[in-house]
Amino acid sequence: MTAAVLPIHELRGIRRAARERFDLLGFPTTKNEDWKYTNLAPFLKLLRVPTETAAPVDLTGAPFADLGCPRLVFVDGRFAPELSSAPAGVKAGSLRETLDSGGAGQVGRYADFENNALVALNTASFENGAFVEIGNGCVLDSPIHLLFVATGGAAYPRNLILAGRDSQATIVETYLGLGDEPSFTCAVTELVAGDGSVIGHLKLQDETRRALHWGMLRVEQGASSSVTSHNIALGAGLARNEIAAVLAGEGAECTLKGLYVATGRQHIDNYTTLDHAREHCTSHELYKGILDGASHGVFHGRIIVRPEAQKTDAIQRNKNLLLSREAVIHTKPQLEIYADDVRCTHGATVGQVDQEAVFYLRSRGIGLEEARSLLTVAFTSEILGSIPIEAIGLRLASALAGRLSGAGS
Amino acid sequence: MLEIRNLQARVQDKEILKGIDLKVKAGEVHAIMGPNGSGKSTLAQVLAGREVYEVTGGEVVFDGKDLLEMKPEDRAREGIFLAFQYPVEIPGVSNMYFLRTALNARRKHEGLEELDAIDFLQLVKEKAGLLGLNEALLARPVNEGFSGGEKKRNEIFQMAVLEPRLCILDETDSGLDIDALKAVAGGINVMRSPERGIVMVTHYQRLLNYVVPDFVHVMYNGRIVRSGGKELALELEQQGYAWLEPETVRV
Repeated sequence: MTAAVLPIHELRGIRRAARERFDLLGFPTTKNEDWKYTNLAPFLKLLRVPTETAAPVDLTGAPFADLGCPRLVFVDGRFAPELSSAPAGVKAGSLRETLDSGGAGQVGRYADFENNALVALNTASFENGAFVEIGNGCVLDSPIHLLFVATGGAAYPRNLILAGRDSQATIVETYLGLGDEPSFTCAVTELVAGDGSVIGHLKLQDETRRALHWGMLRVEQGASSSVTSHNIALGAGLARNEIAAVLAGEGAECTLKGLYVATGRQHIDNYTTLDHAREHCTSHELYKGILDGASHGVFHGRIIVRPEAQKTDAIQRNKNLLLSREAVIHTKPQLEIYADDVRCTHGATVGQVDQEAVFYLRSRGIGLEEARSLLTVAFTSEILGSIPIEAIGLRLASALAGRLSGAGS
Repeated sequence: MLEIRNLQARVQDKEILKGIDLKVKAGEVHAIMGPNGSGKSTLAQVLAGREVYEVTGGEVVFDGKDLLEMKPEDRAREGIFLAFQYPVEIPGVSNMYFLRTALNARRKHEGLEELDAIDFLQLVKEKAGLLGLNEALLARPVNEGFSGGEKKRNEIFQMAVLEPRLCILDETDSGLDIDALKAVAGGINVMRSPERGIVMVTHYQRLLNYVVPDFVHVMYNGRIVRSGGKELALELEQQGYAWLEPETVRV
């Protein structure tokens, strides 16, 4: 499969370089140590070039399409202004338009395509995405919702979010699928958090089982900035989320929280990198997985502590709940520590629903199925309960309760 | 109300209950006493339907129904309540949500309408007031971070809300200071009624100073070896359990 070459802005020649890089690297295979457990090949084979006359998209009733806040909608990587509403008090719109008018020069500055084939593919192929610029000191009360709809074929959304000094905002990226065509989403978001900014980022991926989803969130943090990412992966047949956060300013704080829920034959892979590049930075990472059926989960958590990053404090935890005998989780911490005055801890657990707790609930009259479902949903509360927009957390919890009822029987 | 005939049970290859006979009528309070390892907690758990114990013989009839055929949740819906010796912590599930789900499961079973959040809140406040339970505990996850005493009070509180027909209390007095013990005993006395049976499993006589039983049974080595009135508990208090040990008798 090759992506169309677009007559878009040349971006300082990087699109050509990215194309060449992707042509050289090709899609990652399981021979690559970082892709050991995740095989893209069967999904890539299914992909077809979609017909150009895409049907109008109807988002009515699609879960998580309407979060009650302004949204920018992209369908198969193209901006859909008729479905979008511009947020107030902030520059937010089509990245392509911004590039065409000479803005958004930071695109490609942070997401490295030399060592990442899919970043190269996205950089070479993207047609559009969101550009959000939050001014210095600007505090946004309402979240900005970026909605990406996959209806079939390949899409390469590319987003750039620039948060100014001391700004505060929450960005929600939702990835949904419509119809039953095979689809491939290859998305890159570059998020630059200025000094002292407080930024929330929530990614919610709920594409169809025919979808192949790959996404990279590349975070660059200034001094004393705080970024909290919630990464919720429910959908797609195969999904891989990569997060690479560079704590590039002193005293930066990064929290990565993730929840992956896979059933049937789903495969969900999380690959996170926390790069402590300066002194006195803190990172907290908690990823939780629920795996049912014959699904597979992967958690790969990399923490790099550079020689100059003294007084680093990094905590990584990964907890998994297996609901069936066939479900599999691969969990791998990878700590690379080059400074000596640091505190780094990591831990991983894999377990089943607590039988003591099941009996306790049953002894109060709660049925076996309901008890298991209740405990499974309770397992997610540590993640969903901390989502900054409470309404979204509650909606997610109730959607999960519905989907997980009867799970693991 | 409850009739246990020659009940035998084991866990893995270890026989624990070796033939228990016990009758509990509505309105009665029974205390089952005995040394550690006598099987009294096992009896409580078997009645609640804990699956790690395998029933190998005998029968249990509750209100004319075969209890041993029922799943744990059905026993609860029929009106059996076990107050746990070690209440389980359940992070992520609030006490209120848990208890409302439990109560509504029972009400549904009885063909009653489910209680909505407002009616439930009213009921819960009333019961919490009755037992002197700190209302802040209600919003917290079930038993998570509760002190030993708070956990035991929470068991009694659940019992008060669910209004079971047969209450089985497994070492509810263990690990309580005197104030907590009085509070828990007060809760049990509130539950005493002509329609309800109460079975208290306890190692010590202490609780029985506050909840006076109609009958006292002594368990030893998987069997009830003596039964009597409340005075039997006092006798045990004076003599301890040593007289049960054959070796001790020989000395």
